Amino acid sequence: MVTINELHKYGRTKLIMPGTAACPGCPLQLGMRYLAMALDGKFAMVIPAGCSSVIPGTAPYTAFTVPTMHVPFASSPAVASGLRRALRIRGVDGPVVVWAGDGASADIGFASLSGAAYRNEDIIYILADNEAYMNTGIQASGTTPPKAWTTTSPRGKTEGRKDVSLIMIMHNVPYVATASIAYPMDFIDKVRRAASIRGFKFIHLHAPCPPGWKFPDNYTVRVARLAVETGMWILWEYNQGKLTISPPSIPYKDKGRRKPIEEYLKLQGRFSHLTKEDIEEIKAGVDRQWDLILKLTEIYR
Amino acid sequence: MINQSQVSSRGIRRIMVGDHAVAEAVKLARVNVISAYPITPQTLIVERLSEMVERGELKADFIRVESEFSALASVYGAAAAGARAFTATSSHGLFYMYEMLWWAAASRLPLVMAVVTRTLGPPWNIHDEHTDILAIRDSGWIIGMASDVQEVFDMTLTAFKLSEDERVLLPVAIGLDGFILSHTIEPLYIPSQEDVDSWLPPRNPKVPYVIEPGGEPVTLGNLPRMDVYHELHRAYMDEAMDKAKNVLHEVYSEYGKLTGRYYEPLVECYRCSDAKYVAVTMGAWSGDAKVAVDELRDGGYPVGLIRIRYIRPFPDEELATYINGVRGIVVFDRDYSAGFGGVLAGELMGLVPSNVSFKGVIAGLGGVDVSPSDFRDVIVNFINDVERDGYLRVRKWWYIPSVNGGD
Amino acid sequence: MSSVSSKYVKYILSKPMMGAGGKTGTWRVHRPVIDAEKCIKCGLCWLYCPENAIDWLEDKTVAVDYDYCKGCGICSDVCPVRAITMVKEGVI
Ligand SMILES: Cc1ncc(C[n+]2csc(CCOP(=O)(O)OP(=O)(O)O)c2C)c(N)n1
Ligand code: SF4
Ligand code: SF4
Ligand code: SF4
Repeated sequence: MVTINELHKYGRTKLIMPGTAACPGCPLQLGMRYLAMALDGKFAMVIPAGCSSVIPGTAPYTAFTVPTMHVPFASSPAVASGLRRALRIRGVDGPVVVWAGDGASADIGFASLSGAAYRNEDIIYILADNEAYMNTGIQASGTTPPKAWTTTSPRGKTEGRKDVSLIMIMHNVPYVATASIAYPMDFIDKVRRAASIRGFKFIHLHAPCPPGWKFPDNYTVRVARLAVETGMWILWEYNQGKLTISPPSIPYKDKGRRKPIEEYLKLQGRFSHLTKEDIEEIKAGVDRQWDLILKLTEIYR
Repeated sequence: MINQSQVSSRGIRRIMVGDHAVAEAVKLARVNVISAYPITPQTLIVERLSEMVERGELKADFIRVESEFSALASVYGAAAAGARAFTATSSHGLFYMYEMLWWAAASRLPLVMAVVTRTLGPPWNIHDEHTDILAIRDSGWIIGMASDVQEVFDMTLTAFKLSEDERVLLPVAIGLDGFILSHTIEPLYIPSQEDVDSWLPPRNPKVPYVIEPGGEPVTLGNLPRMDVYHELHRAYMDEAMDKAKNVLHEVYSEYGKLTGRYYEPLVECYRCSDAKYVAVTMGAWSGDAKVAVDELRDGGYPVGLIRIRYIRPFPDEELATYINGVRGIVVFDRDYSAGFGGVLAGELMGLVPSNVSFKGVIAGLGGVDVSPSDFRDVIVNFINDVERDGYLRVRKWWYIPSVNGGD
Repeated sequence: MSSVSSKYVKYILSKPMMGAGGKTGTWRVHRPVIDAEKCIKCGLCWLYCPENAIDWLEDKTVAVDYDYCKGCGICSDVCPVRAITMVKEGVI
């Protein structure tokens, strides 16, 4: 595992230039910094519509220091496929990374994501999941958790959640993992592992968003960490047929060691309307998800 | 007019359907990346290209995508990474691409697409109509329409040269009429690979820019600091469209030297230098309109035909030159802009002086057959009306054959 | 207009630059103030600063770039020894 001392070499390097258009405390900006460190700033990036189209600031300048294409909302997996194929023909190496939101991935671009995954295109796809359409002002997406407030689910989301990463495993791709912006070393390791594998790699990055989830700007990392510590977000890795729980989540296999889910929920205004029954339902959902993932570690061993 | 007399000896003669002629041109252009999705009547193009790639005749990567949207998105990505890239579609597929069409054009990357024209549903109908290709006319693509299989081939091949020219850098769409050209066998002269290579070098991946890991750290398409940058960008696109007219002249003149086939680049004028009346058409039915013109000339009518080859960039000066001094113009549209009328009629009307008679005719929608005698009748009626009344101005007139049966 | 190279406007390209989203230091309501005495040079504030506005210097001390620091307070929240205090702007 990468250590913070190893990263010291980036101590003064601005792989993402300061002075961006992101909100204070933005999780996407954190994730992108880690991504850029993981790949030593040498990759090409494709970004569909979303907060990340706005974050780099305004042309003719950009906060991004790698060749980047902003592309239509549903198109990024296909654009990246074409990029990769052309680069291969031209003999140019190096990772092509899609950096996409949950709306782009789970909803509008789902067909194109599925297509690229099933073709096993040689790209790294990062779903930076802030659990709603944030760029357009917090509307519910396919990954918004049940019961969460958004502007299109003012009384709480009534649908469930699409488990995009598990759906990706079913596409028979070589590499799928979950990650969290609170665990940069785990994420960086995963990006590096992904970069060493040929084919379609998918990393689902949990990214708590202060304005969208209604928590104070300084709690981004705290909320992301609590998601893991309460078992709400499970860090796992599927690597070419083998599924394992990632180190930061290992303690929470044991239900008794998980922090109370309320600690996670109570920090977020989007859950402030929850009743006791709602919370019980959410807890049951977490237990079911752990059961499922642990069973999968048995199946993919 | 096509001059077949001095055909270079190094080419070969074949007979072929229009869709296969497209594939043949794509192969000779040594395209690197191809992506397309099946839709009738385009499908023969994808199938033939897949075969060529599988057999190793064409060293290209074929991306089997899940939709037309992704087909265009992936060739767009390939173009950004420096490849020569190609896609093809029809009708509903073209509309499924719609958002990407605009994005690709404004990114100023060279790309070529064949559009096999087809009616839009409902009802489901696979027959010919030009409404699909004309609906993309504001998107920033250069748009040509061929009138026979040879021209399908020539337009496709020259499209690469045009699109990659530094003065242009806009994507090019080549239209061919569904079934009438796409599935109809006609004679075709194919230049040798050697000749094509000498004229069309491999694409320079750095023009205008390239997106690649480790490359120059440019970001394409983030928000403009000032809205006027956006406006200026569109003005630059417009400038490129204008320059494309000159480039078309150059490209077709070089191509003529290579193949012995010379074209008037933007519009073709058939027997119209001394005409008092002109008909205007685009696409395959122009051949039928020419037959009608010949017959009418034999009958003493001073008629000519203007055939539009490229509708974007809009050939305003060329059209104005031919329109100048005529008594009347009749425009045939195989398309319909709902609530307005024929698209070509609408675009041309602004160029027609107010004292010149004008009639916009909508015909052939949904694949309805329009024969030389139909053209002849409509043109004769138009001329007779103008001669009788002295002046006529009709923006929209439906020419629909009488339907037998039904209630 | 003349200040923008036509290449960038023509091809809608941008180049990397600090402050592409503005002088974001002006957004700040609270400023992070580091107590160098307390700091154990762990680098966590640097690691978790979304804005990349903290330098982790050669000697492993940290320095905030106030031109761009947005005042989110994450650095203060993650500091294991509470060496970073968020102080209201304008208060000395
Ligand atoms: C075809 C299309 N529909 C809608 C939009 C408007 N739109 C832009 S970004 C966005 C939401 C993005 O949400 P997500 O993918 O979750 O990314 P986030 O902004 O949360 O990072 C929407 C709906 C668009 N740009 N294109
Ligand atoms: S809304 Fe959330 S994800 Fe979007 S820029 Fe702001 S903090 Fe980042
Ligand atoms: S307050 Fe936020 S932006 Fe400022 S240095 Fe701390 S973490 Fe970075
Ligand atoms: S987190 Fe605290 S202790 Fe660690 S380097 Fe920053 S200020 Fe020093």
